[in-house]
Amino acid sequence: MKRTRNILVVAVFLLVVLVGVPWLIEATGRLDLYYTLTSVALLSIASAGVWVTFYIGRINIGQGAFALMGGYVSAILVVQYGVSFWLTLPLAGLFCAAASVLIGLPILRLRGVYFAMVTLVLTEVARLLALALPITNGAKGMVSIPLPGGISIFGLTILPDFAALPNPRPAFYLVSVVLMALCFAALYRLVHSRIGKLCQSLQQNEELASSIGVNIAYLRVIAYAFSSFLGGLGGAMFVAISQSIYPSSFTVTDSVNFMLNCFLGGLGHVFGPMIGTFVLYFGWDFLFETGEFQLLIFSSVLIALMLFLPNGLLSLRLFGKKQG
Amino acid sequence: MTELLQIKAVNKRFGGLVAVNNVSFAVREREILSVIGPNGAGKSTLFKLISSFLNPTSGEVLFREERISGLAPHIVARKGVVRTFQETTIFKGMTVRDNVIIAHHLRSNASLAGFYLGTNTARRDEDEFGRSADEIIDFLDLGTQRHEIASTLPHGHLRALGIAIGLATNPTVLLLDEPFAGMNHDETVRAVEMVRGVRKRGVTVLLVEHDMPAVMNISDRIVVLNFGVKIAEGTPKEIQENEKVIEAYLGVEDETIGF
Repeated sequence: MKRTRNILVVAVFLLVVLVGVPWLIEATGRLDLYYTLTSVALLSIASAGVWVTFYIGRINIGQGAFALMGGYVSAILVVQYGVSFWLTLPLAGLFCAAASVLIGLPILRLRGVYFAMVTLVLTEVARLLALALPITNGAKGMVSIPLPGGISIFGLTILPDFAALPNPRPAFYLVSVVLMALCFAALYRLVHSRIGKLCQSLQQNEELASSIGVNIAYLRVIAYAFSSFLGGLGGAMFVAISQSIYPSSFTVTDSVNFMLNCFLGGLGHVFGPMIGTFVLYFGWDFLFETGEFQLLIFSSVLIALMLFLPNGLLSLRLFGKKQG
Repeated sequence: MTELLQIKAVNKRFGGLVAVNNVSFAVREREILSVIGPNGAGKSTLFKLISSFLNPTSGEVLFREERISGLAPHIVARKGVVRTFQETTIFKGMTVRDNVIIAHHLRSNASLAGFYLGTNTARRDEDEFGRSADEIIDFLDLGTQRHEIASTLPHGHLRALGIAIGLATNPTVLLLDEPFAGMNHDETVRAVEMVRGVRKRGVTVLLVEHDMPAVMNISDRIVVLNFGVKIAEGTPKEIQENEKVIEAYLGVEDETIGF
């Protein structure tokens, strides 16, 4: 029963985002929305990573570092080594995951505000590294990164050569949305498997978890690596679209936004970061009309939301869903 | 009777303070052994030393002749020495059943990846954990609260849940940290029965406790600490008649101790 309903919800969602939205965009001629929605999809992937660290009881304000790292890894591999972008995408994720294991081993011992502060610094360290390292081309950044090529297996074209398309925007949109769907499916599975329960046990009481035999250090590192993998993935895809990357492509503000997306959507819901990113991104754009008051109104609304909906927008239970 | 746990000349210093001073004793298979002592006697420290939440400054703890001091707590738990906590250390946001199910973690045959992919082994584990959790929940009379969020349980039931979590790990030795603290008479009587039941399941129990009548009632043997030093060891009767023990208690508290 529940399974059938889940499949139905996923099918409707995919139909809407893969067919409905492009149709609407073409019909209304608002082609700029492709870029906006692509951004939402990719930012929500990175936010999903942050959500995982929340799930093990850590406040992570450092996802910008991994998005930046993933972006540079992909860009360097594509530009300097001529690797196909589609191969660099998982490689960027894996590179970030590996880096996060090294970083995570010492810092994941910290809790609460201490961990948060270190991750905040991490974003800044990543930016300074990007400025200083020779391979990243410093402040000039890397520009004119070639568009992703095609993928074909046995002569069957799975993805077209993006450079050959008259307008790559819709293609980027579709790829990003599919990527987002895959990431959230992976996350959903994680949360609903025993690993999710174990993560919750860490979040609620690490000492007790350890006393029932949970290897808390190991699990924390795994969760952080998964989180950073998603950050790297989102960052790499973003770079492919903008065809450029600078040390300031992902900054502390982005790190904070990734965290806010999770808060806004709801820390108790897998799809929280997706909804949160969507609302935050469009909310910000929507308030553009208010000019100089944009930030003031935006932050006031955010504060109000956190006060009145501390468990996020999804706690409104729009679908009448009961928590199991 | 075999000696399951051996505490050998264990010392613990915190700076200049000697919390546990050269304490040795052994826990025999399937007995209920209590460690008692006035406030600040080093009971809690000793408890943490045995469960490896602290490392001794010198000396060692052996389980089945194998050194467990210095190992990570989760490794010690895997070997079969599992502790419960004082007060209300539970997974507050989960239901009672989920609390007990998650505590079956030690018994799982599947790897984390196996659980992620939902392999047959993982699914068998899940079924088995569910059944076992329900049995433990019924055993500790938590049946009616099965699906309630743990933080909403009343005090006595929380303690029972703590023990349920401990039992779910299938321990050889269960270390109970003040299982009767803050309980009224009726609750204590029930809790004493609970601990007896735990032993009936074949589990060896080591408990650290304040409540004298309960300890006298339930223990096979008692170890008494004072200022970090072991001053007596024996059956409840022997302890009641031990002059050093009486002195230690009367020297600290004016009120009647209750035995």
